[in-house]
Amino acid sequence: MHLDPLLGTVEEIAASVRRGEVSARDMATLSLDAIEAGNKRVNAYSDVTADRALREADAIDALRKSGAILPPLAGVPYGVKNLYDVTGLPTLAGSRINRDDPPKTADATLIARTAEAGGLLTGALHMVEYAYGFTGENAHYGAVKNPHDLDRMTGGSSSGTAAAIAAGMIPFGYGSDTNGSIRVPAGFCGLFGLKPTFGRLSRARSFLFVPSLDHVGPLARSARDLALIFDCLQGYDPLDPACVDRDSLVTMPDIEKGMEGLRVAIAGGYFRERAFPEAVKTMDVVASELGITREVEMPEAARARAAAFVITTAEGGNLHLDRLRSRPADFDPDIRDRLISGAMVPADWYLQAQRFRTWFRKKVLALFEDVDVILAPVSPCYAPELGATTFNLDGEEVLVRVQIGIYTQPISFIGLPVVAVPVWLDGARLPLGVQVIAPPWREDLALRVARDMERRGLAEARLALLQ
Amino acid sequence: MGQKPTFDPRAHVDHMEAVLGLEIRPEWRDSVVRYMATTAEAAALVNDFRLDDAVEIAPTFKA
Repeated sequence: MHLDPLLGTVEEIAASVRRGEVSARDMATLSLDAIEAGNKRVNAYSDVTADRALREADAIDALRKSGAILPPLAGVPYGVKNLYDVTGLPTLAGSRINRDDPPKTADATLIARTAEAGGLLTGALHMVEYAYGFTGENAHYGAVKNPHDLDRMTGGSSSGTAAAIAAGMIPFGYGSDTNGSIRVPAGFCGLFGLKPTFGRLSRARSFLFVPSLDHVGPLARSARDLALIFDCLQGYDPLDPACVDRDSLVTMPDIEKGMEGLRVAIAGGYFRERAFPEAVKTMDVVASELGITREVEMPEAARARAAAFVITTAEGGNLHLDRLRSRPADFDPDIRDRLISGAMVPADWYLQAQRFRTWFRKKVLALFEDVDVILAPVSPCYAPELGATTFNLDGEEVLVRVQIGIYTQPISFIGLPVVAVPVWLDGARLPLGVQVIAPPWREDLALRVARDMERRGLAEARLALLQ
Repeated sequence: MGQKPTFDPRAHVDHMEAVLGLEIRPEWRDSVVRYMATTAEAAALVNDFRLDDAVEIAPTFKA
């Protein structure tokens, strides 16, 4: 446990509150102070809900005083990407337009479940406008800065969530992931991130982007924390039409089982191409340390990425069409132009991409007959410098914004559960994320392998000390 | 045998602007056209792949 309780894990903080070593009010105050001090440096929070955090904390302290058993996340501060509905706030989704919306009168399902579990909501966190981008930059609210290097990108679109956790303001938070928006910022900011199976966690009362591909999930500083949080969030929700009615998976009891008995492979082919040296080296080190010799190839992964791109732009364009008609000048210009072109996608392109999704899913699921878990890089590179638009890859100038997600898009395309784990090469100042990919509905396997990598010292969520 | 598909992103954007009731300012148009061309490339990669008639989209809607 850290001397500063706020820098502990979710599990440690909840245990300290349970034992009475620290009060929930202390935890809320520590977090709010850290936000006040750190937000000027990294620009993570769009709104701070101090009154709510303190009110929730006092309720936890009163509960403890009454002798009741505290819920699993009691007294733990957290924040949410500002596409989740928070009672009393308009849901910005990174936009200027939504700032004119009336305040919400109910919380997103994930927030309601976290409140039941005893979490203290400290506020809403910046993101890329309408979740359409990997950089963490935002024309309206400025770029969120990577706490490990303030001149670099956090990654997106869950940029503020990652920055706030890496900078030690909160021990966990929620993001959303359509094509990589939990995994990329987790990788760039050195955190663990869970993108669950598509349909597992309720997206109700969050501002969606691409209903066919949107997932919600947590980022935190340990694999065990992800498991603890995930176990609190599951359960069918009729308010989300994509949420699947199935039994919850309790992951925490088995998380220390490690990789024993699991067949783990590295993703080859597409996932080894177009990588910068740091991504190649990271995967080589991971394979060597874990003794993995097996490689599998996901067939037609480049087409899968292309199909995800088409579905994303078409559904995003459709979702925002009214706003593109009525307030086009109020969008981030780059995102507006992409959404306008998305609204113009011919039906055949979109439907073929959706049909290809069925084909690709079947082929990848067949791979899981022979392996239990597949590892792949999160990104082909370290976090790029803020403002970078292109970089040189194998002598070719490529768009940063486009390249960042090449390895995450094919996986979320078919809804597989993934834990992003942060790996630091010897002497490296920046982390690179590795995707631990499991079959549908087996988040437990991905969490076990992530925890094993952490236990071996191969993965680590380092706190950034802001100067 | 039909002809090979061709795609003119600028003409498509001009046409769809009216179909959708959008108003694209002159200074935005080149950027929209560029993104339309990028999407066309992605779509071509997907559409070049032969799928069996039996491959359906994955429905998530449940009534």
